[in-house]
Amino acid sequence: MQPFIKHSGMVMPLDRVNVDTDQMVPKQFLKALTREGFGRILFYDWRYLAGEKSNPEFVLNFPRYRGASVLLTRANFGCGSSREHAPWGVKDYGFRVILSPSYADIFYNNCFKNGILPATLTEAEIDELFKRTEKEEGYSLTVDLPNQTVSDPHGLVYKFEIAPSRKEVLLKGLDDIGTSLQQAAKIDAYEKAHAATATMYETVDVKNYPSAL
Amino acid sequence: MAPKTLYEKIWDNHVVHESRDGKPALIYIDRHLIHEGTSPQAFAGLKAEGRTVRRPDLTFAVMDHSVPTVSKERLLPIVDIDARLQFEALEKNCRESGVRLFDMNSANQGIVHIIGPELGITQPGQTIVCGDSHTSTHGAFGTLAFGIGTSEVEHVLATQCLSQSRSKTMNIVVNGKRPKGVTAKDIVLAIIGKIGISGGNGHVAEYSGEAIRGLSMDGRMTVCNMTIEGGARAGMVAPDDTTYAYLEGRPFVPRGKAFQEAVELWKMLTTDADAKFDTTVELHTKDIAPQVTWGTNPGMVSGVTSRVPDPGSFSDLNDQKATERALIYMGLKAGTPIVDIPIDRVFIGSCTNSRIDDLRAAAHLVAGKHVARSIKQALVVPGSRGIKNQAEKEGLDKIFTEAGFEWRDAGCSMCIGMNDDVLPPHERSASTSNRNFEGRQGRDSRTHLVSPVMAAAAAIAGHFVDVREFDVANVE
Repeated sequence: MQPFIKHSGMVMPLDRVNVDTDQMVPKQFLKALTREGFGRILFYDWRYLAGEKSNPEFVLNFPRYRGASVLLTRANFGCGSSREHAPWGVKDYGFRVILSPSYADIFYNNCFKNGILPATLTEAEIDELFKRTEKEEGYSLTVDLPNQTVSDPHGLVYKFEIAPSRKEVLLKGLDDIGTSLQQAAKIDAYEKAHAATATMYETVDVKNYPSAL
Repeated sequence: MAPKTLYEKIWDNHVVHESRDGKPALIYIDRHLIHEGTSPQAFAGLKAEGRTVRRPDLTFAVMDHSVPTVSKERLLPIVDIDARLQFEALEKNCRESGVRLFDMNSANQGIVHIIGPELGITQPGQTIVCGDSHTSTHGAFGTLAFGIGTSEVEHVLATQCLSQSRSKTMNIVVNGKRPKGVTAKDIVLAIIGKIGISGGNGHVAEYSGEAIRGLSMDGRMTVCNMTIEGGARAGMVAPDDTTYAYLEGRPFVPRGKAFQEAVELWKMLTTDADAKFDTTVELHTKDIAPQVTWGTNPGMVSGVTSRVPDPGSFSDLNDQKATERALIYMGLKAGTPIVDIPIDRVFIGSCTNSRIDDLRAAAHLVAGKHVARSIKQALVVPGSRGIKNQAEKEGLDKIFTEAGFEWRDAGCSMCIGMNDDVLPPHERSASTSNRNFEGRQGRDSRTHLVSPVMAAAAAIAGHFVDVREFDVANVE
């Protein structure tokens, strides 16, 4: 996975609370076989009118935010469905950073599998960033993961918290599976020790059960 | 030993590796459920890295999200090419890796969270994951079950483990006996209404109290199913005699002496008396009326006797804006009595409310009546073919069809609208599903979440009604 260390880019404000993953990638796009190409359809129903005509009222289509790579939004971003297509779309569109007061658990987790930094700021800080983004065309932020800061060219600096293990995954672009497979001996040992417990009745002989199975 | 919650007991039982530096632990996954929608990229990733499925015997696959619900369409080539390619990919991936697949023509096919419990794949004390947020359903058996993304599906396929940090714990106590007409669905909607859709973020919930104990397994599954709509990834109910009675004799459950031994172990799956939860929420059933959502997330919910709220009645500015937006999307005016909202279509189905108890309750209410003329479509989609068969044995299909409902084959159907069962733009549904997000059942469609009896009564009346007054004799 592509590591994340520092990123500077233009901010796009999405001034809504509780943006759910159904809005990011609607159901008709869940029939894909690959992880690619979801950027074009990100926020599909908000972004396009009938016939895929660009909706001029949706912020993503405002010319001033073209090329934005920092997504500024409100609380509980990414609630609902576990679909990883949502962060795939966020990333593929070009966002590397999300700034919000809070995230839904599954979406938050999925971001780290895709090299996206979901940074958490306070409600007051987010409010201030909305104001500045609105006021200044081309407003940009620099997000520094090692130092855990968000800063603008006018001297604003906010600290954000992130679990050290999450930080490391992004900084090193770690492959989770490879890391876990280093514990293969422990997985073997766990399986051996638990083979006979209630949770591990894996040896049920289905031949004894209804033919329909 | 320090007292522990049920969650902590199951967690401790599944730690494969835990370092001391605060990094996530590696926990073992007892059952991995997969479906066509969120697994192809995981298998592709596995293949690209030259990895294999570690435990195909603990992995179970089913086709559910995009399957047609008209039976005969399953015997012909699937018309939707993208869906067909996904079905073919799942079949190939399962064949190559030795994973058991319940394909769309299997007698055991159904929604993944319906067939897990129905076949006894789900058992107390397990860890269960699936690339679907409603995996929380399985928590009704005293399992730790939660939804994961596709990268984690790939991780579990490769390692049978998941890298996880401990969650906070939330105790949700529902006191009092359940009144007539107030169902498991109303209980969980009332909980979400109280805590909000992010109230459970970062937590694993445990449900307890008289009202929860009094629910059947079907009802407990409804409650746990919608846990995610309150933000908690997993919700659980400690197993008891209701649980054991449900499980005994199911295909994947041990039998005879082995079953008795398992029950003895399962009896230890309780929260210790003096264990501490991070958060406690209490409700009383006397305060819970049948619920109807009026907005665009499951927390935008009211009792059926109330009115569509005024955005100005919310203290938070963001809530005001969200409510305003929701009312525009839903085509509703503040102050409208909920019972005055007319509906176009009715959907009884989904992993929330398509089990036999749900169908019995709805059928009981519609027996001898007919769907209102203004209703364009009323669908009943059983959660599994097993449930469909059982319902047909009991004659429920006839009751529904005579009342003007369509009786369909099992699948996710109009809950998510990935097949042809889509709610058209600007039409309004009474739906027993779990999400009323914008566009969820179809672009620009308007979803009202309700219980099966409330949906059935709305179908007959053509608008929402308080089921407690509508047909007292036939409400459970």
